[in-house]
Amino acid sequence: MFPSRTVVRSFPRWFSASSASSGSARLNVPIDYKTTPLLHHTPSSLATSLEFPRSASTKRLNLYQSINAALRTALSTSEKVILFGEDVAFGGVFRCSMDLQTEFGSERVFNTPLTEQGIVGFAIGAAAEGMRPVAEIQFADYVFPAFDQVVNEAAKFRYREGTTGANVGGLVVRMPCGAVGHGALYHTQSPESLFSHVPGVRVVMPRSPSQAKGLLLSAILECNDPVIFMEPKVLYRAAVEHVPIESYTIPLSKAEVIKLGKHLTVISYGQPLYLCSAAIAAAEKAMNGVEIELIDLRTIYPWDRPTILESVKKTGRAVVVHESMVNYGVGAEVAATIQAGAFLRLEAPVKRVAGWSTHTGLSYEPFILPDVTRIYDAIQQTLEY
Amino acid sequence: MFSRALWARQIAPLRRQAIAPFASRRSVTTDAASAHAEDIPQEDDKPFTVRLSDESFETYEIDPPPYTLQTTKRELKKMYHDLVSIRRMEMAADRLYKEKKIRGFCHLSTGQEAVAVGIEHAITKDDKLITAYRCHGFALMRGGTVKAIIGELLGRREGIAYGKGGSMHMFAPNFFGGNGIVGAQVPVGAGLAFAQQYSGEQTATVALYGDGAANQGQVFEAYNMAKLWNLPIIFGCENNKYGMGTSAARASALTDYYQRGQYIPGLKINGMDVLAIKAAVQYGRDYTVSGKGPLVYEYVTYRYGGHSMSDPGTTYRSREEIQRMRSTHDAIAGLKQKLLDWEVVTDEELKAIDKDARSSVDEEVAEAEKMALPDPTSRILFEDIYVRGSEPRWMRGRSVDETFYY
Ligand SMILES: Cc1ncc(C[n+]2csc(CCOP(=O)(O)OP(=O)(O)O)c2C)c(N)n1
Ligand SMILES: [Mg+2]
Repeated sequence: MFPSRTVVRSFPRWFSASSASSGSARLNVPIDYKTTPLLHHTPSSLATSLEFPRSASTKRLNLYQSINAALRTALSTSEKVILFGEDVAFGGVFRCSMDLQTEFGSERVFNTPLTEQGIVGFAIGAAAEGMRPVAEIQFADYVFPAFDQVVNEAAKFRYREGTTGANVGGLVVRMPCGAVGHGALYHTQSPESLFSHVPGVRVVMPRSPSQAKGLLLSAILECNDPVIFMEPKVLYRAAVEHVPIESYTIPLSKAEVIKLGKHLTVISYGQPLYLCSAAIAAAEKAMNGVEIELIDLRTIYPWDRPTILESVKKTGRAVVVHESMVNYGVGAEVAATIQAGAFLRLEAPVKRVAGWSTHTGLSYEPFILPDVTRIYDAIQQTLEY
Repeated sequence: MFSRALWARQIAPLRRQAIAPFASRRSVTTDAASAHAEDIPQEDDKPFTVRLSDESFETYEIDPPPYTLQTTKRELKKMYHDLVSIRRMEMAADRLYKEKKIRGFCHLSTGQEAVAVGIEHAITKDDKLITAYRCHGFALMRGGTVKAIIGELLGRREGIAYGKGGSMHMFAPNFFGGNGIVGAQVPVGAGLAFAQQYSGEQTATVALYGDGAANQGQVFEAYNMAKLWNLPIIFGCENNKYGMGTSAARASALTDYYQRGQYIPGLKINGMDVLAIKAAVQYGRDYTVSGKGPLVYEYVTYRYGGHSMSDPGTTYRSREEIQRMRSTHDAIAGLKQKLLDWEVVTDEELKAIDKDARSSVDEEVAEAEKMALPDPTSRILFEDIYVRGSEPRWMRGRSVDETFYY
């Protein structure tokens, strides 16, 4: 995947450059989704990735529209696909299921009572009979009543099916996650690490509309495991890009190198990738000659260890960034894997930039979540270690 | 193996409902002015008897509460003042939200005020109350101030939860929130009631939840524990006909929420009549405190606004329905009419109460708006972690230089 090269261990060039740390006023500006290199602002940029179909027709969609498009594709591809959850018939609180009941009928797209444990259990049963149920949990913060169903029923299904071959592949539990700036305690959480502790489920978080469509279609139509599909809700409207109109899938459990680099690897997923991209741009500008690699995990569990290890063996330095709390988080797992698999190539300890281990009081979200400055500092400290 | 035709057949009722929503049966009246009283004494504190409409309650495995209620002119005036205060406060929250001064989620109880007021007038300050996120009115009734409640909404330090919780997370003495997870407060309520029973207090817990929440599994788990151990608790479903955009009939196989305790006696109550609510809760409190076990109440009420500030509230119900409830079933208008009919107050006196309630709410709102914004400092993050006096010497911050010394 990467051009083979020898690792240069000489004193890095950027040490001579003046790298006065940038004040947060300059770095922590709102993400400009209209110009970020992470989104496909023109159809032609889609062609740079082999994962997208080679067709010319694209449409500019935001994240909720692309989720809607993926659901529509799934519902029309297979009669086995059904879609349900609280208020889903009217489009859902974020409009992801807009018009789908009208198009596919109330026997395939329907509202459930307010009953998360029931929703997920019901979905597992349907999947075990060969359906491909897409269950929506209104907010990730509300999935916990269903935690037992995910951990003890869905995840262990294939392990305990004996010789029957039964599985709950096709089961997808979708949920909006993450902070928007004013969600407080119960509209902010990102519980991916809780699910990632459990073998038997796949945990996916897309970063953009085009990624979301391909990953969601993989999860619904192709995957043999139950999938927890987490959608960063701040991107629903903010992230707009060209998305191929036809059906396509993006493989699960495969990370993507978004930007190549030589001196440091930044690993992240979901919305913080935009912060990483901004911090990397600032660092590369301030520190002459530095080239930083950026990797999107995409599937958080089971995750793509080879891609990350290969990158860190090349760069010798790594920073892991995520929004959810740092304690026992995804960063801990990634850092531990790197130190075990790339120890002799490491030039600096692996740093984690993540949410602090506290609850998100309404007024205090900006203090708690990672921002561009914190990522920039971590990059600088790791490079100068 | 799994026939789609069969599935479609079984789901047929669902499809029918999608086309023609049927109105749920609501046989108690929601007339807010259905009580009668005669021979009202001159004195403010002299008790007299109000006769409630015989459509105030419906019972399940229990005798109805007495259809008469002892009250005084002072109490009626206070109830009226409370109702007006809650509505005024909710209107202020509505305005501040639209002015973008309040951020985050904000659920108003406009239309449902009688439930909070009726319950408070029936229980003592030592009884416990727990509810969901539609909690501003309860917080006020339990002793929170308008200033602290609005301050909380504005994210100010003087807010009732230091501005850290916002709309859904308000606590007050013997008021256990303000809970954001639908249904989660109900078993917590059973725990409160257990502690009351265990410590021999002669008090009860009132645990409230919505018609949507009534379908959460843990509500039934709480019922079972409460009956098994005879806990002093009144479960109470505030049936405002909708859980977000889904009407009760589309979400609940049995919309008679007061019968959903199966082995627990229940009562359906005119939730627009503050007097009926007081009579029912007073009766239920005596019943459950005396060791007869839990009760399941249903307050038939209506929310005028959307589910939260981001819901216009008109896509899943007709404007006529809202208008009809507002103009003919309003709890405040109902009590007002009774106060005048019974000559508890004159027109002038009533206007004075109205004016007093509004201006004191307005003053406190103005004070809350003047509160300073919290300092943009991370030291705030180190507060409220340990009980005062039990802190460690220091706590690590975001980085080494941010270590905080207590
Ligand atoms: C476990 C959980 N699931 C979903 C939600 C999102 N949600 C918040 S309020 C609500 C509707 C609740 O309706 P109801 O219980 O009737 O109360 P009301 O809003 O009418 O007072 C929903 C679905 C939540 N807060 N918690
Ligand atoms: Mg309701």
